[in-house]
Amino acid sequence: MSEIETVQPVKVIYCQVCTFPVEYCEFGKLFKKCKTSLESTNPELYESMYSDSAKPQGSSLSAEREAKMTESLAKMQLKEERKLEREMEELQKSKVLIKRIQRTKHKAVISIAGLEVFGVDMKSLAKTFASKFATGASVTKNAEKKDEVVIQGDVGDEVEAYLTGILAEKGMVNVKVEQVSEKKPKKKASTT
Amino acid sequence: MFKKFTKDDIHTRSNVKSSIQRALKSKLVAQYPKLESTIDDILPKKSQLVLYKCEDKIQLYLIDNEVVFFQQFDELIPSLTLVHKYPDAFPSVQVDRGAIKFVLSGANIMCPGLTSAGAKLPEEPLEKETTVTIYAEGKQHAMAVGKLLMSTDEIKSVNKGIGIELFHHLGDGLWMYHE
Repeated sequence: MSEIETVQPVKVIYCQVCTFPVEYCEFGKLFKKCKTSLESTNPELYESMYSDSAKPQGSSLSAEREAKMTESLAKMQLKEERKLEREMEELQKSKVLIKRIQRTKHKAVISIAGLEVFGVDMKSLAKTFASKFATGASVTKNAEKKDEVVIQGDVGDEVEAYLTGILAEKGMVNVKVEQVSEKKPKKKASTT
Repeated sequence: MFKKFTKDDIHTRSNVKSSIQRALKSKLVAQYPKLESTIDDILPKKSQLVLYKCEDKIQLYLIDNEVVFFQQFDELIPSLTLVHKYPDAFPSVQVDRGAIKFVLSGANIMCPGLTSAGAKLPEEPLEKETTVTIYAEGKQHAMAVGKLLMSTDEIKSVNKGIGIELFHHLGDGLWMYHE
């Protein structure tokens, strides 16, 4: 077991979808996806693991229990798939709200809400805006306790263009980016 | 332990002093003697160890943003990535195929899963409270890390109830944690 010389670390191949070592994919929640991704990234390994000749090695379970387990696993995976689908749909439906809030007659701030569902780092986004537009930009919590980026200055159009850009980069082309303007700052913020 | 673990659970991050790092190193070797030959690869002398103090007094030790090991009380527990790299360095047990599903959802390991046909307990008896890595039937790599609640002899004789308390498993909060 143990060598006296320095032991080289073992290289484990991790699945790119579920992050488990590939042999555990079948117990993961996204087995089907794991399989397809492995097939494209590492066809040799895929062949050795999932081809018909390589059937489960020496399971001690009775056939009945094995079947039961596979069934429950399949159920779980199906559930997870549905859940993901639903989430994706939700994501497509959600929209980003860019709000122009008038401070005085000629001054306005822009607040961006509804970004958190896309996994955008708000803090760094505020920073990029601050340097991009050379204004103050910060992350604040709105009435619904959700983060939003507030930028000083009337930069709504530029923000919209920028946001659609980064969202498209993430593969969410259909997301609506909406601009509204608001006269009184105390109006309730609406995030959908 | 890491069923739910997110960035919010990290309270402070700090760099570990090199003197303390040395002490940790010797402690790690004392706990897992087989690590001795590779300890310099795991904790290189010049590396900067980072300590994350988290919820429930859990402390994570990271190098290059990768959790190497963690501790809750006194015991140092290797993370699964470390176990995968140096599988022979830690005491291990094996569970049968039927148990994999439950272990991967974070269940403690029951004795029957350790004594049945597909399972393996190490030949030399392990004491109670030993930190063990958990392997699965037909699989090559470790899938969890836990602590023996009974000695292996007891597990064999009693064969009932919880045998291993699970700390860390594939797919838990710590496994999923990435900066």
